[in-house]
Amino acid sequence: MQDEMTDTTVTDVVTDALVGFGCEREEITRAATFESLDIDSLDLAELAQVIEERFGVVLKGSDVVTLKTLGDLIDLIVARA
Amino acid sequence: MTRPENSCALVTGGSRGIGAAVCERLAADGWRVAVNFRSGAEDAERVARAIVDCGGHAEPIGADICDPAAAGELIERAGRLGPVTCLVNNAGIRADDLALSLSEEDWSAVLETNLSAAFRLTRLALRGMLRARFGRVVNIGSVIGPRANAGQANYAAAKAGLIAMGKTVAVEVARRGVTVNTVAPGLIETDMTRGLDGTLLGAIPARRAGTPHDVAACVAFLASEAAGYVNASTLFVDGGLSA
Repeated sequence: MQDEMTDTTVTDVVTDALVGFGCEREEITRAATFESLDIDSLDLAELAQVIEERFGVVLKGSDVVTLKTLGDLIDLIVARA
Repeated sequence: MTRPENSCALVTGGSRGIGAAVCERLAADGWRVAVNFRSGAEDAERVARAIVDCGGHAEPIGADICDPAAAGELIERAGRLGPVTCLVNNAGIRADDLALSLSEEDWSAVLETNLSAAFRLTRLALRGMLRARFGRVVNIGSVIGPRANAGQANYAAAKAGLIAMGKTVAVEVARRGVTVNTVAPGLIETDMTRGLDGTLLGAIPARRAGTPHDVAACVAFLASEAAGYVNASTLFVDGGLSA
């Protein structure tokens, strides 16, 4: 069962996943960069799997490699809906 | 890192030989065991029943791991026993011939079963392991690969590939408490090695073939919590053959 995709639900799912990776919830904002959150390539690969399972959106490594901020990622996911 | 409760170990090709011994040994260590088989249903049922009779949990699961869809179903079914935090890539075939006459079919079949299917299952199993922050992938390689053996270009390439694949995956996931190691048996007494050149025994420093239990003991160690800092390694179980 996949979730309805809105900017809010995507943000919530991404936020929960990042907290699971060890990020501080209060530091997770649209403007936060992956670098500032210490999110590495393995985190992004895991996150992509969560997104695929929850929303059916497939993200490849090449899709996310150029992204800088969480806002960029959330916009990409919503645009792929 | 602690093994999650009710963890399941999926052993491919678990119905006979090394695979069966690995299943029994992991069950004795408290793993719930998914005994995968392709053709040996009765053997797999016997392995699972023996485990259950000893108070363990096990289930035979038929699947051709070369079929990507079947591999996905296999992981899903194994997951019903418990979170799959151990995968033993044991299933393997041989189709020997000198390189000059080795057919495309025999080359591809051995690479597909012994290497590609192992990678596919590893990729599938890693999802749960990463989330659990605990995982053990143990590839059953071979002394053939690191060492040459005439007539086994396909087998050697696949088994050497397993070592290389395992090392690379290991460094990708090590920081999540997941280890990927390879056990490389030498000459082990199984149905699969029956018919191999008997002169090989003379080249083994131990002057004897190994047993499936010799291999299973090493797999059990690498699957254990105690081996959490052993990663990307190859453990030879060969009586000194590779020295």
